[in-house]
Amino acid sequence: MNPITEAELHAFVDGQLTPERHREIEASLAQRPDEAQRVQSYRDQKRELRALFDPVLDEALPQRVLRAARPRAAWYSQRWVAGLLIALISAAAGWGLRGAWPSASPDNTLAGAGFAQRAAVAHAVYSAEQRRPVEVDAAHEDQLVTWLSKRMGAPMKPPHLQALGYALEGGRLLPGGQGPVAQFMYRDAAGRRLTLYVSNEIGAPASSASAARGGQSETAFRFAREGRLNVFYWVDGRFGYAISAEADRTALTEVSSEVYRQLAKGATVE
Amino acid sequence: MTPDESLLTWVPRLRRYARALAGNRDDADDLVQDTLERAWAKSALWRGVADMRSWLFSIMHNLHVDGVRRPRLATQPIDDDTPELAVAPTQSERLAVLDLQAALDQLPIEQKEIVLLVALEDMAYADVATTLGIPIGTVMSRLSRGRERLRALMDGRDSPVRLTVVK
Repeated sequence: MNPITEAELHAFVDGQLTPERHREIEASLAQRPDEAQRVQSYRDQKRELRALFDPVLDEALPQRVLRAARPRAAWYSQRWVAGLLIALISAAAGWGLRGAWPSASPDNTLAGAGFAQRAAVAHAVYSAEQRRPVEVDAAHEDQLVTWLSKRMGAPMKPPHLQALGYALEGGRLLPGGQGPVAQFMYRDAAGRRLTLYVSNEIGAPASSASAARGGQSETAFRFAREGRLNVFYWVDGRFGYAISAEADRTALTEVSSEVYRQLAKGATVE
Repeated sequence: MTPDESLLTWVPRLRRYARALAGNRDDADDLVQDTLERAWAKSALWRGVADMRSWLFSIMHNLHVDGVRRPRLATQPIDDDTPELAVAPTQSERLAVLDLQAALDQLPIEQKEIVLLVALEDMAYADVATTLGIPIGTVMSRLSRGRERLRALMDGRDSPVRLTVVK
């Protein structure tokens, strides 16, 4: 008989030998108690590992795992979208306003993508609401401004978009990645909703302050779409803005430009 | 079987392997979740995947190796004062469990993965090689070293495993 190799000994333990070779080794082990004991110990290991971890097979699956196992219609609930958005950013020609062209740092890009994803989810959740789309309605805009400004730690005044056919419905406070974010809801004459999502947790405060004052704020508009939902988002200093709507890209571009213009005038934030 | 059903059928086994790899439930399910999301992101490739198990475990392997290399978010370990979350095993089971888990955690990751794939999945050596993207000779030598080290640890030889909880 050929000598038994170390690999064969393991293959014997794991039942991965031909039946002939298995029998040969079995016979040989009867004469070699040390090796036989080692084989037994490896078998025990396998058995104990199974005993330790097999109960996991019978556990109820956690919701998050269950969700991840199923395909989803909604693109924005998937984490890989962050990666997709980054790809889109590189691929699509970003367009800047007032000659400012995109050149965000990778960190900002990442933060922005996760942020846009949250904005899209928030849009999907609340724009579908018929009765309670907002926490504070537009009739109490002054209260809305006071409340959101206080919670966000910066002036939060919703841009006015009537000229573009969108009336303010109101707003609400939402949890962001690290702190509060503000969501303003608008609707057009046909009842189609548009949301502006504002976060103050994007960039480093130090760099944004100098960038804003120096007028070197690197503003890059980014665009993502899936199905009928379009999202425009941009990072300006430490603030991130996302506009989501099922409007077409041209219309949304117009809205984004107008929002940007009003913000840049200092009418709202900073 | 629709694709999502076929993916779902692998989830319990992915979780079992992940639990053994990661050592705790939260990290393990993070790993499973990431694996599934990556699998969906690459779902265009499924048609060409001959061995779904090997493909999925390979994704998990890559994510785990990446995750281990990367600095992790600080987490609060569950300590002795934390109330039991699962059904409490009897005392002797508990000691044995800690013993094996602790020994397993002392294996280098490349040995641990192979010992686990063979033990938990009964994976053929050739499939282990495919899954981990290494030659079969490497699989055999790591399996041999991993099992021997685990045996030594369990026998209390070679940097003995200390039991942290004795109640």
